[in-house]
Amino acid sequence: MKHAAHTALGALAALCTVGISVPAIAAWEPVRPVEFIVPAGTGGGADQMARTIQGIVTKHSLMKQPLVVINKSGGAGGEGFLDLKGSGGNPHKIIITLSNLFTTPLATGIPFNWKDLTPVTMLALDEFVLWVNAEKPYKTAKEYIDAVKAAPAGSMKMGGTGSKQEDQIITVAVEKATGSKFTYIPYKGGGEVAVQLVGNHVDSTVNNPIEAVAQWRGGKLRPLCVFDAQPMSYDEQVADGKSWKDIPTCKSQGLDMEYLMLRGIFMSPRATKDQIEYYVELFKKVRATPEWQDFMKSGAFNTTSLTGAEYAKWVEVEEKRHEALMKDAGFLAAAGN
Amino acid sequence: MEELVNLFHGFAVALQPFNIMVMVLGIVLGVLIGVLPGLGGANGVAILLPLTFSMPPTSAIIMLSCIYWGALFGGAITSILFNIPGEPWSVATTFDGYPMAQQGKAGEALTAAFTSSFVGALFAVIMITLVAPLVASFALQFGPAEKFAVYFLAFCSFVGLSKEPPFKTIAAMMIGFALAAVGLDSITGQLRLTFGVTHLLNGFDFLIAVIGLFGIGEILLTMEEGLAFRGGSAKINLRVVLQTWKELPKYWVTSIRSCVIGCWMGITPAGATPASFMSYGIAKRVSKNGSNFGKGEVEGVVAPETAAHAAGTAALLPMLSLGVPGSPTAAVLLGGLLIWGLQPGPMLFVEQKEFVWGLIASMYLGNLVGLIVVLTCVPVFAAILRVPFSIIAPLILVLCAIGAYSVHSSTFDVVLMLVFGVIGYLLKKCNYPLAPLVLAIVLGDKAEEAFRQSLLGSQGSLGIFFSNTLVSSIMILGLIALFWSVIQQGYTRLRAATA
Repeated sequence: MKHAAHTALGALAALCTVGISVPAIAAWEPVRPVEFIVPAGTGGGADQMARTIQGIVTKHSLMKQPLVVINKSGGAGGEGFLDLKGSGGNPHKIIITLSNLFTTPLATGIPFNWKDLTPVTMLALDEFVLWVNAEKPYKTAKEYIDAVKAAPAGSMKMGGTGSKQEDQIITVAVEKATGSKFTYIPYKGGGEVAVQLVGNHVDSTVNNPIEAVAQWRGGKLRPLCVFDAQPMSYDEQVADGKSWKDIPTCKSQGLDMEYLMLRGIFMSPRATKDQIEYYVELFKKVRATPEWQDFMKSGAFNTTSLTGAEYAKWVEVEEKRHEALMKDAGFLAAAGN
Repeated sequence: MEELVNLFHGFAVALQPFNIMVMVLGIVLGVLIGVLPGLGGANGVAILLPLTFSMPPTSAIIMLSCIYWGALFGGAITSILFNIPGEPWSVATTFDGYPMAQQGKAGEALTAAFTSSFVGALFAVIMITLVAPLVASFALQFGPAEKFAVYFLAFCSFVGLSKEPPFKTIAAMMIGFALAAVGLDSITGQLRLTFGVTHLLNGFDFLIAVIGLFGIGEILLTMEEGLAFRGGSAKINLRVVLQTWKELPKYWVTSIRSCVIGCWMGITPAGATPASFMSYGIAKRVSKNGSNFGKGEVEGVVAPETAAHAAGTAALLPMLSLGVPGSPTAAVLLGGLLIWGLQPGPMLFVEQKEFVWGLIASMYLGNLVGLIVVLTCVPVFAAILRVPFSIIAPLILVLCAIGAYSVHSSTFDVVLMLVFGVIGYLLKKCNYPLAPLVLAIVLGDKAEEAFRQSLLGSQGSLGIFFSNTLVSSIMILGLIALFWSVIQQGYTRLRAATA
């Protein structure tokens, strides 16, 4: 009886809130299922994040319409970006991005720029860590880089995900910063890269934490340094009595290179303010759930989040930086493409 | 011994009423997904993944893996009845399964396929139970060179062991390689052969090609032959099942060989598709009924189905113990594991015993449940063939179109499917084998990638393919397979000369 009264009261309260708030924000809401495009294959980092969000939205009933994850990975994600670019004025399409937002158009010359889309929110930034096989003697980034320099140029192999994308950009930047020379070997996915390192088929990788954590805990891999300005903030013990926080920054090891990967949301061109506002609020709610916190912790993500003009500005700076990095590395698509 | 205790504990988990219910539901959904061409196990699991978020992880993985088993079983149904493989590894099943259906032996073919699948899966699960920890370290030895060697072996055994003229096989294979090259070059990050067409960014999807080449191509051929749909006289009762079972033990050698090929290919990250092709190719060459292969030989259904199912099951092992998915479906399952907060990798077997062994126990039970479900439905499936062709043909066309559309939600793919249909028809008319073409589309870009990764690592030296015992023995096996007919001829001549 008490329970019923409580529910009735709750319903009344909800009614009041709805009654007051609806006219106030003149809210836009999706009227059809929303397509959540992943410009990468199934099982990768972006895909895992998108499916986690889908799970959270479903579990906490954060949307009235279903959120449907669709992978459009063709042409290093170009397929997904072009699809969104061509859906101007359709607010029922959003996309989760990774660094290929910048690298794919720069490297392949497909007719796309992030300014074609509407920025919604940054969800988090993904860290990059320099890993070696735990059987190897290198305990610090300096020891490893010295060994690379001592070996004949190109005889040390760096494994990474994709070609002319973030992993290879970092590799080239490390070479420039230290005067060393790697042979970069591209693989399809981050998990595969980590396993190739465990099997000693490559000498080092720059895997994201989530891709390599299982092998670290299994005692197969050793993290040397993180490509960020500060150490990661997670101080819970992970392996060998060490936490993510104990991994030094590469800069402190004499390897002056920082790189973080955007995990952010964009929507189709010509979105109205109400529509952007709806998604900003939605992702705010997602980020407040315990499931999201757990996910951030398991992947040792940098939880910086930006929206609106700040977000657009951040993306613009990053675009310039990618252009410079890729130009240095000779990764830009031939002009006139 | 500890493994056995763990396994019994696992059975206790899997046999909880809720888990059994979830298991049956998963199998039924999986069979439906497998029957619809194009939907496929990976898409099916991805769509149904959110359903499982509210379940405990063990029940969730049981449901999803049962969808996977169901899809593996279901893929054989359309391959045999309509010559439309639902999954890459069902292609080899069409070679003899479809002719059997045309001869009115659809019931036999289905029973043989389902039973072989079960045998293959059972073999693989027993292997997983016994050698799980050892297998993980074996898989680690596979770098790019070793992977390429496995693909090389698959291609070679197809050229060398096939009864088709080798040059027609090679020609068909080359068309497949050319099609596989379209899209992003994953080594340099450049677009290739897309001619600025956005739709080609993703390359040619295997499923579109197969639905067109086999499904549409077959309908065109049948139409030319006067709208007669052979196979209407199929016996449709459960006696067929029992009769077929009496026959099957004859093929025990093929079964065991296929099981071994399947497990080996599943653990090495090559997967179920090369396993089924290789197993079919070898059975065709070794069996004394080899010359009847392709005309409706039960053994030609047993070999690929056993190997495919063994490989599909064994592929879960590298996923659990290394975090490397052996198939697209396994990749989606991997995403699921992460969402439930389970980190696949070497520690999973240590930290999440209940989950791992619950899953392994559910593999035993799920496959058994699956076998019972699909076998009881054999008469129903076989009865479909009694529907007149003029009614069923448009239905198949619609089914194919839906399948092609659902792969990427793109109407361009439907057009592409029709184009492939015409190509398939023409190739068949000119007696070019379609299977090598499909094999090359499926494995072409993977083989190319592995080849170029190896050469990057060795700085251009081909010596890397003979740099250790593992890779050189696979390469030599491949070369032997390629020149098998020549070797055999030489041997016969030598014997004739000495005698």
